[in-house]
Amino acid sequence: MTFSSAEMAPTPGPPAPLRSEPIARSQWQLFWRRFRRHKVAIASVVVLLALVVVCFGASFFAPFPNNQQDILLGPVSPNATHWLGTDELGRDQVTRLLYAGQISLKIGFAVALISTFVGTVIGALAGYFGRVTDQFLMRTTDLFLVVPAIALLALVLELFGHTSTVIILVLAALFWMGVARVVRGQVLSLREKEFVEAARASGASPLRIIVRHILPNIIGPILLNVTLGVAAAIITESTLSFLGFGVQPPQTSWGNMLADAGGYVGTSQSYLLYAPGLMILLTVLAVNFIGDGLSDAFDPQSEHH
Amino acid sequence: MATYILRRVLYSIPVIVIASFLLLWSVRATFDPCAQFRTTQGGAATVDRCRASLNLDDSVFAQYGDWLGNAVQGDFGESQQTNEAVSSMITRAFWTTLQLIFWGILVSAVLSIALGVYSALRQYSVGDYTFTALAFIGLAMPPFWFGLIAIQFLAVDLKDLLGTTEPVFGFVGLHRGDETGFTLDYLRHLVLPVMTLTVQIIAQWSRFQRSSMLDVMSADYIRTARAKGVPRRQVVIRHGLRNALIPLVTVMALDIGALFGGVVITEKIFSIPGMGRLFLDALLKGDVPVLEAWLIVTAIFIVAFNLIADVLYGVLDPRIRLT
Amino acid sequence: MADSPLLSVRNLSVTFNTDDGPVHAVDDVTFDVDVNETVGIVGESGSGKSVSSLAILGLLPKSARITGDIRFRGRSLQDLPEREMEKLRGNEIAMIFQDALAALNPVATVGKQIAETIHVHDRAIESAAVRERCVELLDLVGIPNPSERVDQYPHEFSGGMRQRAMIAMAIANDPALLIADEPTTALDVTIQAQVLEVLERIQDRTRSAIVLITHDLGVVAGMVERMVVMYAGRQVELGSVDDTFYAPKHPYTEGLLASLPRLDRRSDKKSRLHRIEGQPPSLIHLPTGCAFHPRCPHAEVPGRCSQARPELADVGVGHLTACFFPERVGTLVEDTP
Repeated sequence: MTFSSAEMAPTPGPPAPLRSEPIARSQWQLFWRRFRRHKVAIASVVVLLALVVVCFGASFFAPFPNNQQDILLGPVSPNATHWLGTDELGRDQVTRLLYAGQISLKIGFAVALISTFVGTVIGALAGYFGRVTDQFLMRTTDLFLVVPAIALLALVLELFGHTSTVIILVLAALFWMGVARVVRGQVLSLREKEFVEAARASGASPLRIIVRHILPNIIGPILLNVTLGVAAAIITESTLSFLGFGVQPPQTSWGNMLADAGGYVGTSQSYLLYAPGLMILLTVLAVNFIGDGLSDAFDPQSEHH
Repeated sequence: MATYILRRVLYSIPVIVIASFLLLWSVRATFDPCAQFRTTQGGAATVDRCRASLNLDDSVFAQYGDWLGNAVQGDFGESQQTNEAVSSMITRAFWTTLQLIFWGILVSAVLSIALGVYSALRQYSVGDYTFTALAFIGLAMPPFWFGLIAIQFLAVDLKDLLGTTEPVFGFVGLHRGDETGFTLDYLRHLVLPVMTLTVQIIAQWSRFQRSSMLDVMSADYIRTARAKGVPRRQVVIRHGLRNALIPLVTVMALDIGALFGGVVITEKIFSIPGMGRLFLDALLKGDVPVLEAWLIVTAIFIVAFNLIADVLYGVLDPRIRLT
Repeated sequence: MADSPLLSVRNLSVTFNTDDGPVHAVDDVTFDVDVNETVGIVGESGSGKSVSSLAILGLLPKSARITGDIRFRGRSLQDLPEREMEKLRGNEIAMIFQDALAALNPVATVGKQIAETIHVHDRAIESAAVRERCVELLDLVGIPNPSERVDQYPHEFSGGMRQRAMIAMAIANDPALLIADEPTTALDVTIQAQVLEVLERIQDRTRSAIVLITHDLGVVAGMVERMVVMYAGRQVELGSVDDTFYAPKHPYTEGLLASLPRLDRRSDKKSRLHRIEGQPPSLIHLPTGCAFHPRCPHAEVPGRCSQARPELADVGVGHLTACFFPERVGTLVEDTP
């Protein structure tokens, strides 16, 4: 037999042993127990927390004051004083990296939270009440799929300006639709379940049914969307910066630093190119691994790692 | 089948019309289409002439109607920067971009399918873990950063390493100098842009293909085929791959918009004079006619691509009725 | 060697290693199948019936540890290289799976799937001939309009038709041995009978042997000459259908038979259908001794039944049981007047 185990899964396998869980164990404890098993996700939480602490504690951790220039010094390669070197204006890259991290992380989390909140509310309403809301939601998202997101974002940012607040709002305005579609689908299928019928029969208001009975059951996909949103927002912001539509100086984000460094490819200052990119890579990797851990923890079916 | 295609085309028309209306509206709300004339010597008269040519004093619906009437005849007006006909600018740029998209889809599809199938058949092998790790990294990198690093390593550093006078892989345009045509030089210029364009897509599609292949290979009909005495390799290709391709088609269709977005980035990095560059230039200079035409042509392209994918989906899966 | 059986299975065991420890999906199963004979393998789901049949075909995953001896026409199948095994599969030994909708490739026409079975074992045959043969096969299994149906996809067939198509595919190369894994389980009762009839008709024509895997004793009674009864991966009884039905020698078999509704017994008295107390055990945590003892009405507990595992032993001509107290068995069935 040359088939490996994975390929020939339809083996009438042994019945799963009945595990007797103590009844008192809450859903959250179960979830946490499963999440803990995903070692990479746990490590990612630690990494992400460390990043947040170091970046937002920049005034404490950073070796130099924010935006301190030293034109006479100019660009120097990484050395003992300036671990990651300095740029054209003699600004220390470690310091810039930490302060830029504040903006990038802020954009990432704010976009994810806002878009998830809005998307969940609209998706839940569309899924529960159906018809008009539903049609409107689906057709609207259809319209947005017609234009490349990057082009749309650039256009809108050109209209409203490039501050980080505007970027957050504009990205959230684009991202909520994905969340809404997911939540809508989930609510649509849960709406017909017995426990929802029971709640409805016992006279619970739609709001109560959605909040108390439906949302707790789809917290997994919703949380997963938060992680996806953080990752997408950070990467999109950096891309917009590169195209010239991101945050503008004196505000700095990692994407913005990268965009500046883009001009130094192939020169003696190409060292500027690596650190901001690696920070984005690290953050997004951590967030994605956490998302992976979350979906495993919420979906026991997928936990055969 | 023909009815199905016709119906889908008919559904696409209102989508395009509504989308193009909204796009035109937002472009004209964002930019003053006649801004450039305000600063020039011509003064109020030229601004008025410009406003008249775009019917800016009419309602936005009337403006749209006028614009649409010209657009369906292929007349998108003239660029405010170069006074060249927008339609010919778009045609030129589109041809260049189409090459990128063609190679991009080809490379992504072939690589993702190969990687996905390999990872699924050798689940939890060293190769599978390696590709999984690479996919995670590919998804976590801003694509433009990947492109810049690729230039640094594969063009600049590699050139220094080999001591050649010219980089192995070109990173400016798609040809050296004024050359044209399908040459070795063209291919050398394609490598880095296509890599940049496809890195995220390959990461996504190969993951997707892996899980869809895993699903399929655990299906009962795979076991049936084995029980018929069909050799393993044939089972994988004829029954496994054939079924696992169906969901990938949908994903490919949905990602065409992202691919077009990737073109904007790639063309900027590699100074390729295609649609992406055209868009960025027009946006920075507020060239309204070009922007309008660009957005609508892109929208039509994406809708058409989705339509093709839908039909393909129906062809691949006989359970879907195309009526 | 005229008496050598077509298929002989000796002490077949299949073990899977799982995170929770080894699972003995099949544990010491022994039976023969003669030419043109029908043997039934009976048991609840999870009792190891299907795993046994996949072991015979060599279609278990690599992770399965297989011991024992499987011989087909005297040749040991375990020693056979994969290439040789492929020549047997679908050609000499064919399998009918239970859920035909899942077991047929959704994107290939029924005709193509039957044709593949033929082509893969006979490269030289011409396409036109294959097609003709496919139509003929569909006709044989009772599919109306076969020349049209041959170009349709599985989803265009009804459940019963799909199962017939599955059978047509299995018999395409006139196999000497047909293994039918719950061929009628997914079907309506009336269609079940039709499908079984098709199987019987095929057998009359091709003189192939059939191993019929089922949990349905009614199916067994109608078609089978000898039967193997399995419980929790173990073989608990082997005998002719007559012996086993009228004088079961294992309490599990007895319990199964007693739980059948029967027309020849009056049910107007308060007699209810018998039911076997308890649940089938998890294969990871099998009871000690005889796996059936916790549910057995005759068991001696504490005693031999919970301490030692009974071996298969003769209790008559060609009638074996794995029970310490076969003489106690039989009361349940006969008690009901």
